[in-house]
Amino acid sequence: MGGTTIVKSKSQRITRLFSRGILNVVILAICAFWFIPTLGLFISSFRPANLILNTGWWKAFQTPFKFTLENYVKVLTTANMGRSFINSLLISIPATVMPILIAAVAAYAFSWMEFPGRDVLFLIVVGLLVVPLQMTLIPILELFNKLHLTGTFVGIWIAHTAYGLPFAIYLLRNFIGELPAEMFESANLDGASHFTIFTRLVLPTSVPALSSLAIFQFMWVWNDLLVALIYLGGNPSVAPMPLTISNLVNSYGGGWEYLTSAAFISMILPIVIFFSLQKYFVRGILAGSVKG
Amino acid sequence: MRVNVIGLAVIAVVGVPLFILGYILIAEIFVSKIRGDKKRKKIRPWLWVAPAFFLLIVFLIYPVINTIVLSLRNADSTKFVGLKNYIFIFTDKVMLSAIKNNILWLVFVTLCTVTIGLLIAVLTDRIRYESVAKAFIFMPMAISAVAAGVIWKFMYEFRPKGMPQIGTVNAFLTAVSPSFQPKAWLFNPPINTFALMVVYIWIWTGFCMVILSAGLKGIPDSLLEAARMDGANEWTIFWRIIIPTMSSTIIVVTTTMVINVLKVFDVVYVMTNGTLGTEVIANRMYKEMFNFHNFGRASAIAVLLLVAIIPVMLVNIKRFGQGRG
Repeated sequence: MGGTTIVKSKSQRITRLFSRGILNVVILAICAFWFIPTLGLFISSFRPANLILNTGWWKAFQTPFKFTLENYVKVLTTANMGRSFINSLLISIPATVMPILIAAVAAYAFSWMEFPGRDVLFLIVVGLLVVPLQMTLIPILELFNKLHLTGTFVGIWIAHTAYGLPFAIYLLRNFIGELPAEMFESANLDGASHFTIFTRLVLPTSVPALSSLAIFQFMWVWNDLLVALIYLGGNPSVAPMPLTISNLVNSYGGGWEYLTSAAFISMILPIVIFFSLQKYFVRGILAGSVKG
Repeated sequence: MRVNVIGLAVIAVVGVPLFILGYILIAEIFVSKIRGDKKRKKIRPWLWVAPAFFLLIVFLIYPVINTIVLSLRNADSTKFVGLKNYIFIFTDKVMLSAIKNNILWLVFVTLCTVTIGLLIAVLTDRIRYESVAKAFIFMPMAISAVAAGVIWKFMYEFRPKGMPQIGTVNAFLTAVSPSFQPKAWLFNPPINTFALMVVYIWIWTGFCMVILSAGLKGIPDSLLEAARMDGANEWTIFWRIIIPTMSSTIIVVTTTMVINVLKVFDVVYVMTNGTLGTEVIANRMYKEMFNFHNFGRASAIAVLLLVAIIPVMLVNIKRFGQGRG
């Protein structure tokens, strides 16, 4: 702005150009450090097993090119990854929908209904954000054992739902609580019931908050290892991908043709979501920075 | 089997939302049967928060109390043992090394993620391809710690000197300096603990960067322009203006990272499972629980985590509340 009128000396310009250059080099180096590990995995996953084990992945670009889909076929058919992919979906979708709907219902009551102890109860919900999952594992596992819910989808749906609730209620109460009061007043005048107001008014207007929350919770459940390990541990037929991969790491320590393709299969969906819905994802992460 | 899966999918996608909305509908019909407007208003809110509170009580409140009780009992919870489990976790050699490692993680990882995150936020603020550069660094946040563990195990792969290195780290260092001795990064203490930390830093720096970058954008341009007019150089501006105005964001990011790092589990579990001196508290808890079936000790370790997290979280919530005005 003001700088354009100031005539800069030649040496100043050179210093500026030089520091620009350094800036770009530093940023590119950082980006490379962050990108190369994933790139190496990605390229390796398409190389034949004997080449992965004997030459570096960067040699893949030497002619003759030798790429194959064999690793993917193998890992999907023999290493339980195909089944695990479906399991991950079967676990993550309900474990995303359930907490969000239940939290939205509770958040609506917290925002627009009067009842004694409302603020104390909400404070308790926020306080529960502190609880590390580890504090709940043993009692819940014992409970699940008694109810025969260990190793079942229903068990892990409920567990993820409960664990996701404090954050979901906290976030949605902040959003639903700030909707304009006039909107509810006019709906009340029209004689709309709470059910109608909730389904026709609150849920549609909360879509931005709901979608950020949905992405956050979905990624959380999709990528979760600990909860699956504890409650589904012994049952490979219901194992989601992180669990199957961690078992693969144990059994095929150096079987990189399995591990690279398996890891990449588990990354496809999060990466697609990340690049297509980055805005919502970032918003969820920003809001989620207080999650315990 | 097939039918089973399809049935589950239908329940998952259609059944669950219908069930929850059905509950509210039935609750509302029930409320409408109650006579007296006042009574109705009194009962309705409780029916709306009931599903949430039922789950919170069963899955969070009751387990916390139960875990504290179990931590005072023996391995199979049949006998009261007082503070014996707590004495164990602060005297046992492996536990002490896990605690020491966790403290090391806390200092090193928090420092690195926050500093590098801030550095990248400040640097990318000055370039045109900012969003592309940031996407590269943020991407690891989207993938699981297990996948990140596999990615980095492959990076660290070791072959004896003379053989072609397939691990990027050893290959790079050998190429840069031919006299470099390839290392088994995950097997040699204490370097293996740091090798694990690098993975965690790789995952979480993007998170710090995104939040710090949002804070940075909040600093008014006029403030920076005025300082530049007064002849302040970029270095002074960074320390005298950017850091002080962003202090509350930096504290939120730091406390969040401290809490994350305290609970670090997946990366360690997948890459070394705490062997060869890389043990951490949360992984130890898993082992006490699943491998040794000692619920008393496992509970005591969980309580230790909770007690360590509470003060940090209080700072976070307080700060966050201030941020909201």
